[in-house]
Amino acid sequence: MNLLVLLILVPVVALLLSVFINAEKVKNVILLGAVAELILCFELLREFMLERAAGNNAPYLFEIVYPWFKTWNINFHAGVDGISVSMLLLTSLVTVAAILVSWKVDEKPREFFMMLMLLTAGAVGFFISMDLIMAFFFLELAVVPKFLLIAHWGSGRKVYSATKLALMLMAGSSLILVGTLLLYVQSNGSFDITVLQSLHLDSETQRLIFPLMFLGFGVFTALFPFHTWVPDGHSSAPTAGSMFLAGISMKLGGYGCIRFAAILLPEGTQYYSSAIILLSTIAIVYGAFATLMQKDIKYINAYSSVSHCGFVLLGIGMLNQTALTGAVLQMISHGLMTALFFGAIGMIYSRAHTRDVRELGGLLKIMPFIGSIYIIVGLCSLGLPGLSGFVSEMTIFMGAWQVPGTFHKVATILACASIVVTAVYILQAVAKVMLGPVKDSHFLTLTDATWYERSASWLLMLAIIIMGILPMWLAQMISHETAPMAIKFLTVNS
Amino acid sequence: MNISDWLPLRFEIALAVFILLQLVIKIFDLIRNNETWLRLNIAITFLIVLLGFTGADSGSLFGGMFFSSSFIIVEKTILAFATLLILMQSYNWLKQHPHTPEFFILLLTALLGMFLMLSANNILLFYLGLEMATIPVAALANFDLDKQRSSEAGMKMILSSAFSSGMLLFGISIFYGITGTLTISLWQELLRPGGLEVLALIFIMAGFGFKISLVPFHLWTADVYEGSPVSITAFLSVVSKGAVSFALARFLFSGVIMMQEVWIEILFLLSIVTMTVGNLFAIRQTNIKRFLAFSTVAQAGYILLGLAGDPVNAPTSVVYFILVYVFSNLAALGVVEVVSFATGKEYLDDYKGFYNSNKKLAIVLMLALFSLAGIPPTAGFFGKLFLFTSGIHSASLVWLLFASLNLVVSLYYYMRLVRMMFSENNEQPFAPIQSPVLSRIALIACSIGILFTGIFGGLYDYLHQLAK
Repeated sequence: MNLLVLLILVPVVALLLSVFINAEKVKNVILLGAVAELILCFELLREFMLERAAGNNAPYLFEIVYPWFKTWNINFHAGVDGISVSMLLLTSLVTVAAILVSWKVDEKPREFFMMLMLLTAGAVGFFISMDLIMAFFFLELAVVPKFLLIAHWGSGRKVYSATKLALMLMAGSSLILVGTLLLYVQSNGSFDITVLQSLHLDSETQRLIFPLMFLGFGVFTALFPFHTWVPDGHSSAPTAGSMFLAGISMKLGGYGCIRFAAILLPEGTQYYSSAIILLSTIAIVYGAFATLMQKDIKYINAYSSVSHCGFVLLGIGMLNQTALTGAVLQMISHGLMTALFFGAIGMIYSRAHTRDVRELGGLLKIMPFIGSIYIIVGLCSLGLPGLSGFVSEMTIFMGAWQVPGTFHKVATILACASIVVTAVYILQAVAKVMLGPVKDSHFLTLTDATWYERSASWLLMLAIIIMGILPMWLAQMISHETAPMAIKFLTVNS
Repeated sequence: MNISDWLPLRFEIALAVFILLQLVIKIFDLIRNNETWLRLNIAITFLIVLLGFTGADSGSLFGGMFFSSSFIIVEKTILAFATLLILMQSYNWLKQHPHTPEFFILLLTALLGMFLMLSANNILLFYLGLEMATIPVAALANFDLDKQRSSEAGMKMILSSAFSSGMLLFGISIFYGITGTLTISLWQELLRPGGLEVLALIFIMAGFGFKISLVPFHLWTADVYEGSPVSITAFLSVVSKGAVSFALARFLFSGVIMMQEVWIEILFLLSIVTMTVGNLFAIRQTNIKRFLAFSTVAQAGYILLGLAGDPVNAPTSVVYFILVYVFSNLAALGVVEVVSFATGKEYLDDYKGFYNSNKKLAIVLMLALFSLAGIPPTAGFFGKLFLFTSGIHSASLVWLLFASLNLVVSLYYYMRLVRMMFSENNEQPFAPIQSPVLSRIALIACSIGILFTGIFGGLYDYLHQLAK
């Protein structure tokens, strides 16, 4: 059986099984499903690399097409390239970690774990979609789980945040829907991206459709000024929810911007590239400064996500191979890093019952494991060499610097400079939360991470370290796909 | 003329015979037990649904006044099926009602009227069918005999429908004056956009607008839906609306197709206003029946979007959407009916914590809401999607943007209700409700429909094949 079909079937089977078994045991089934998914993703990676090594240079591998709605020429068309494979790996890694971290959820556990799995199913389906309607289907699949995860299991102003998030993301999807329909008309009735990619649409049409698609997906990846759901949504969500939102959901947007907006409409991308760079630079700088002001460790990470996801869009806006590769690397790195960050914050919050920087202190002594995780992931976030953040951000900066012109140089310099601000807020947070005196005697009774928390952390931390030390295989896999894109952007105007 | 010539008329003959038989039985008081009546009528409706699967006979009768095709048969089957589900859901209510036999006679007469309307190629037969489908329903709206609101609903319904029929007739008479014929299919040759034609068309569209409650002709809807017994609300919002939508599609594409550029503009205006107003008012409702009433108003806006398609896809997408809508809305109203019968509560706030007290009913209601909101993998997603894909044939970008952004607004209030059921606490929670067997079967049928009609493609392709 085709691996990609299996990737969809595993979550579906896990979901169906969990309807029928005892609520207490649902988490076992879901974890089993997630681990199976992870193994499948590694198998997919192995087969993919073997195919590429054997010289198979087809743009998409393991393609499979089933007709779905013949009248409209809608197909279940799945296929992967290097970018999708890396996204699938990220998704399955974060899923396993998120399930492990929430091992002790006892409020409506069946529904909780089923929603996590539904989110995974949506993300996996989206990353393998080669048909716009299929992609849209999977994108929308995640709306309800996201909403209910925050509204029911969240904390703080959870109803407000959940509603805001659901509505903003839905508004994004509705723009995507309109863009998709316009593309359908232009292509004389096809939703297939291989067909759409080979179209030569005139520049006026591209300029009309591109903003719809790019803004639509941009909302998902916190494009300024549509980023406001990010801080609220992330900080109100339960730990697993934040890990999902930051680790996977925001990547749906970045991936969509590349796959369904930039590649399909190269002239539109070129036309709007300065706007993309402008908005992403604002997001990077503004996100970084806004983070400085935060007192809640979850808000710190949420705002820094806005800043970090700005790098993804900056990489896309620069339109060359290195920057695009960097953008994809940044998606992976940010996904792993924030997932772990939110995981660590969740562990701290569930013990100390506060997330306020001013009330926390000296936790490293009390819970050395969680403390070390927090520090390592913080260093990754500020781009310490040897960890994944350095690799991806460095690649983006190198790519961006290659682009001539004052505007691009200034944007690059500003983005680089924001790293300094990042260092300030990360080190401040680490210093206040982890070091210094213990501010509350009740903290002394707290325990360190349990087995499930440790395994989740190790999983993500290993991924971060591997990506930091051995990035070449990943970078090569991705740059193989970004090279033709860059060429496409170059040749648009000539 | 031999017997097989009459086959296209088999739905109508069967229904008329059953209605007359029941009248005779009632006059001589042969059946006194309400449950026997109920079983009899459920069996009859089931038979009518089965008739839809006995092969397609296209053909026309009475000198072309009446015609039938496999596509029309599908439409009739959908309406009969929806009626069957409604009867099953209203079992408990009707069991104790003092006038059960009349209920069925009126309901089946309305259904007969719809069937005649759908098959009419003569505008007078069409009008007759439309009236026959409306007046009995007004009587039915008044069927909660000891509730004042119910009488009010009946009164409002009859007044507004009389008014709208007047508008419709006025438009029709102008068209008759222009063309000199009552045969709808001949009109397409004779009608071209011109001052008088456009005026007539506006009157006719206003008439249709009343029947499927488009804004600004929707003002009766919420009051009637709230006051009527739940089964009649269901019948009005699903069967009546479906039948008139089918009829509207046929009228636009067979009668006045040459005036498409005019009616596209009318549809555009009505559609965006209907969606927006329906959605915004739905947000403010506190009664679940009014809430669903405004949500169905909003849904009608999307039907108009589908009608902007080409002559094959527009009717197909509307029929498909109505089928999906039958499942979703009857699932929602079915749950409301069970709850309202068991507890008498009809407010949205009463549904807080519904998931904790009545898990299965809550799940059905949630599925229905997801489907109405158009969230995958429910059938509602595909129903809406195909209205959109059909509509891009001639809809403008503004229309598409309005329609898709309205999805966001509707998501807000559907999700709010879902959240209330799922995660809020209720100080006076419902006791676990035991739903009657038949309505449970109907709800299961609806849930299966919601979950599977969309995701397993093929149904749309089949309908599309028939519509060609």
